[in-house]
Amino acid sequence: MATFGAGGATTSYEEFEHTDLIICWGSNTQECHPIIYNHMRRGMKNGAKMVVVDPRKIDQVRRADKWLPINVGTDIYLANAMANVIISEGLHNKEFIERATENFEAYREKVAGYTPEYAEQITGIPAEDIREVARMYAKSDKAILNWTLGITEHHNGADGVFALINLGLLTGHVGKYGSGLNPLRGQNNVQGGGDMGALPNRMVGGWQWDDPEAHRLFEEVWGVPLPEKVGKNQAEMLDAIERGELRCMYVIGENPCQSDADEHRSDRLFESLDFLVVQDLFLTKTARMADVVLPAASSWSETDGTFVNSERRVQRVRKVVEPPGEARDDIMILRDIANRMGANWNFETAEEVWDEVRALAPNFSGISYERLEKYGGIQWPCLDGSFEEISDNTPKEQLAAGARGAEESGSAALTTDVVEKPQIGTKFLHAQLWEKEVKKRAPFTPVDHEGPVEMPDEEYPFQLTTGRRLAFHNTGTMTQSYKKVKDPEELLEICAEDAQALGIEDGEFARVSSRRGTVPRVKARVTDRVRPGLVFLGYSFADQVPTNVLTINAVDPKSGTAELKACAVKIEKA
Amino acid sequence: MATAAREEEALLNGSREVNTICGFCGVGCGLTVKVEDGIIQKVTGEKDNPSSHGEACIKGREGWRHIYSDKRLTYPLIRKNGELVRASWDEALDLVANRFMQIKSEYGSDAFGVFSSSRSTNELNYLAGKFARTIFGNSNIDSCNRA
Repeated sequence: MATFGAGGATTSYEEFEHTDLIICWGSNTQECHPIIYNHMRRGMKNGAKMVVVDPRKIDQVRRADKWLPINVGTDIYLANAMANVIISEGLHNKEFIERATENFEAYREKVAGYTPEYAEQITGIPAEDIREVARMYAKSDKAILNWTLGITEHHNGADGVFALINLGLLTGHVGKYGSGLNPLRGQNNVQGGGDMGALPNRMVGGWQWDDPEAHRLFEEVWGVPLPEKVGKNQAEMLDAIERGELRCMYVIGENPCQSDADEHRSDRLFESLDFLVVQDLFLTKTARMADVVLPAASSWSETDGTFVNSERRVQRVRKVVEPPGEARDDIMILRDIANRMGANWNFETAEEVWDEVRALAPNFSGISYERLEKYGGIQWPCLDGSFEEISDNTPKEQLAAGARGAEESGSAALTTDVVEKPQIGTKFLHAQLWEKEVKKRAPFTPVDHEGPVEMPDEEYPFQLTTGRRLAFHNTGTMTQSYKKVKDPEELLEICAEDAQALGIEDGEFARVSSRRGTVPRVKARVTDRVRPGLVFLGYSFADQVPTNVLTINAVDPKSGTAELKACAVKIEKA
Repeated sequence: MATAAREEEALLNGSREVNTICGFCGVGCGLTVKVEDGIIQKVTGEKDNPSSHGEACIKGREGWRHIYSDKRLTYPLIRKNGELVRASWDEALDLVANRFMQIKSEYGSDAFGVFSSSRSTNELNYLAGKFARTIFGNSNIDSCNRA
């Protein structure tokens, strides 16, 4: 997501094993990030407490010390109420707030109205439980707060992230080993995509669009001036297609006609394009609408290159096998089109492309392919220089790399900052907040609660929330071919009480409709994972169960992300 | 070049192990891939990976079979008379470049958009940004979070 795009998880995975409290907020870590969860599990063995904030009774709840079964889309209310408790009981870290943050007074005023009693009515969580978790967080010596799409896939997802960052600043749980704020990335290279500037408002290296120095630097390296205007995000591009302004799309490795909210609208828009090029491994639904389909190599096994993971570690992917038939490496396809249009891209290897990145992005400048071979993955930022230099980057140098952007935007409190340096690369971010002289204070960003755009009503009485399940991935193009796996089909999770009222038994089929579309047949799984009024669908069997015909295209203007986590549906026996 | 090609071919035959990174979620587990005669036999967690220390979940260990799916695209397709039909790379790339240039001269830079992939490499994502900004001449690029 754009707001945190040039930021990243502040901690390393190993810190889960050396902390006192782990909060998973809107993150089904055990199913969606199983190996990160293993680090957490070892942390729990070492004595860390686990708190889960999730509307569903996910498996992870069983081992948690505390579960807050929050109403969908009321996370900001809960976060503000926790802050209310922490401040009114005097548990906030006054010394840290004084020396390392700004805008605290505005935040204090904002959360003053968010009492635990009001919060109980909105979030569904008993006031006493809110107090208990607030105290746990504030009183822990070290604590790590994690979130994923349960926070960001709302029409106000960016505000949700700020609400959580505020809690970290309030308690000083950031910038120290074992304490931090972590957005866990859903895809293998979401972190890298943002870091590389595949965003409308940010360039590789964390440069903000309107930074004159960025324009100078990129013109020097690219040989042409940068466009003046900031670009459109995904949602804005779809709107521009609808207005007839945007007439041609080049879609690389995405399946927007199945993964985006309100699938019927996406179909219509993509069909209306003058020219659509899709580059992918499979003939996806989007590819079937294309004018030209280009067969690509699989990034993790058929090409050379790098990914960045959820602890900011740059790692080498290697060409293990040849791509099938005439399929080609993505970067070579791009090069060959660019050159046909008059460019002079003359690289032959991924390493040459990466070296161009290093020239533009100080955070990555020290991470050469050679060093990646030698040290394994390296966590950014890592400046260039001798080993002595790169293992002793001063805060000042590192700030020059990325914090400039944060200053100018005035909002993204935690982009790329500073560091402890046990080895090469950077284990955790924002250590400078604890230094004698804080060079750049982190601002509180007060935010208000706003519920989901579409709430259940008489006609559509159920709330639908969506997500991913352990063995399956996204639109399923990669995971439908397992040999043997539990539940290899989509399931509608519904509680016994609701299922009974509808006359649907476990294993029978249901028909699910929203104002936007209908899933005619999906198997019901009667379970206590969901409470009355709430149902859950995955989206990994999109050809059989097109979950995203139901979801709502209510987009957060700050992040371009749609509210995939909440819409209203009705359910009938199929 | 010829030598390099031969070396590569030699590498692609026989049994060997190559380390790479999982292509599913954002944990980024290291994988060791066992290859025989150019075909993947087995995938396990890479012991020395600093993030995952040899661990990998079912997606990483078993999810690789999709690369051998018979549904993989193996040649370019272009639309002729409403149907997607097989084309050569030259034909497909010429068509793409010509139509891009045509649309640019007719409607200008703002007529274009790029969706880049959070599944693909840093190198691809960097180049997709460069392509949008220097070839199309706008900054309409985004990478989606759940395709």
